[in-house]
Amino acid sequence: MNLTTEELLKIVSDWKGSYKGSAYNIREDGQCAGRESSENIKIESKKDKPGLDIYVKPDTKDEVVYIPACVTHSDVDDLVYNDFFIGKGADVKIVAGCGVHTTDGHDARHNGIHRFFLEEDSKVLYEEKHIGTGTGGGKKVISPVTDADVGKNAVLTMETTQIGGVDYTDRQCRAKLADGGKLYIKEHILTEDDQVAKTSFEVDMDGYDCGVDLISRSVAKGHSNQNYHSILRGNNKCTGHSECDAILVDEGRVGAEPELIAQSADAALIHEAAIGKIAGEQILKLETLGLTEKEAEDTIISGFLK
Amino acid sequence: MLELKDIVWDADDGERIIDGVSFKVPDHKLVVITGPNGGGKTTIAKLIAGIVEPTSGEMYFNGDEITRDSITDRARKGISYSFQQPVRFKGITVREMMNLAAGRELSDHALCNLLGRVGLCMADYIDREISAKLSGGEIKRIEIASVLARRSSMMVFDEPEAGIDLWSFTQLVQVFETLKKEEHASLLIISHQERIIDIADEIIVVKDGKVAGQGTKEEILPTLMLQGYNDSCSVKKMRNVI
Repeated sequence: MNLTTEELLKIVSDWKGSYKGSAYNIREDGQCAGRESSENIKIESKKDKPGLDIYVKPDTKDEVVYIPACVTHSDVDDLVYNDFFIGKGADVKIVAGCGVHTTDGHDARHNGIHRFFLEEDSKVLYEEKHIGTGTGGGKKVISPVTDADVGKNAVLTMETTQIGGVDYTDRQCRAKLADGGKLYIKEHILTEDDQVAKTSFEVDMDGYDCGVDLISRSVAKGHSNQNYHSILRGNNKCTGHSECDAILVDEGRVGAEPELIAQSADAALIHEAAIGKIAGEQILKLETLGLTEKEAEDTIISGFLK
Repeated sequence: MLELKDIVWDADDGERIIDGVSFKVPDHKLVVITGPNGGGKTTIAKLIAGIVEPTSGEMYFNGDEITRDSITDRARKGISYSFQQPVRFKGITVREMMNLAAGRELSDHALCNLLGRVGLCMADYIDREISAKLSGGEIKRIEIASVLARRSSMMVFDEPEAGIDLWSFTQLVQVFETLKKEEHASLLIISHQERIIDIADEIIVVKDGKVAGQGTKEEILPTLMLQGYNDSCSVKKMRNVI
């Protein structure tokens, strides 16, 4: 693997020279740069298209699987399909960061299409960090698609962060929840300059007593533009909560389009949205602690996106 | 020592809110500002913290003029300020706020002591966000703890009793006494509470933007009772409750 990949992996997927003891697959510029399965987690290449099938055995506990992808130069338009099959009663963490780097003025892109199949009583913590690096004006594009099928009493927790430097992203997440299934999503997005970020969530709460908690926090700086769209569909007795908070800095723009559809009288659905600049009183409070205005702003933004 | 000399503050519409206020907060003393609602007490506190800039007058701290100093400069010189209505922060935890206030990473032991002084158990709060998920009373106590964390030589508290339960309030009064006697801090507290007034070295009554009275508890309390403004009623009420 090249040095740029190593640097990107440090940022997006806890790389410390190895993923010792864990199952992993490192994707570099559309190719496999390293793979290892573990006794309980098997990683296989797809036969019909680029990508992986990742099988987690039933009752696997406390294991981590790393599936990072990096694009390290321009003119790469990487598209990958990864399917995760999580066995009954398993409890694992999946780290799937992505870094895109270009320096010669030409574009570079990575699109990951991830499908999750969680069997009954399984739990997954899915962490995904995205970053774009390099100079030269070439567009860094990362557009992930996530499809989740959350089985009976299964729990999927997704923590996704766009750290910065990504010029364009169109993030799509769709999920279906069975009886007692839970979906927790925390999304953090930073955009600057003329970057564009679109995020959309569509969750069907089909099962009895299932629930979703979706929290999106974003900061739009410069002339960047973000759009948030969520659809929570309550088709049974369920709870759905969607929260979109955004801070505007400079000339940033954020649009929020939350949609709640209750198709059962027992569906309890809530949406909250707050968009605005940093509250003046927050700056004042931190200044009374000895921070400068700039330090106060940076502290508020980094805390908000944490 | 903090000294205000003939401080005037006019609102944007020209209305005079603070009208020639002068007083001193000597080193290691506890001074209480009291008076009716809307009399200008919080504005005075904000003027001292630098949040509001005076229209005229002068302000000195330890001999240096600070009249035009920024909030940050005043904080760094040793003036800390506890907001009457604390600010909430999504994404900043109690631990992070205490570390910011202290200017260093505090140990769990130090955090436990700090939060314990305002009646909060560290384990229950330390990793929680200072957001709307905390009650008004909890946020208020965290606000006070953030000022204690600074260990400033001059601490300004704006109605620290607001929203705090009786048990925690009793503890808070002890904290103020300790700050003055053992930690040798200078304190300026805006309050209507007799138990805080009781421990003051000096009381300043502010009414209609002016200093309407100044002296010891023995000198001022009888006057307060006779003046008949709304807040003297709350002094009487608190005397009955506590």
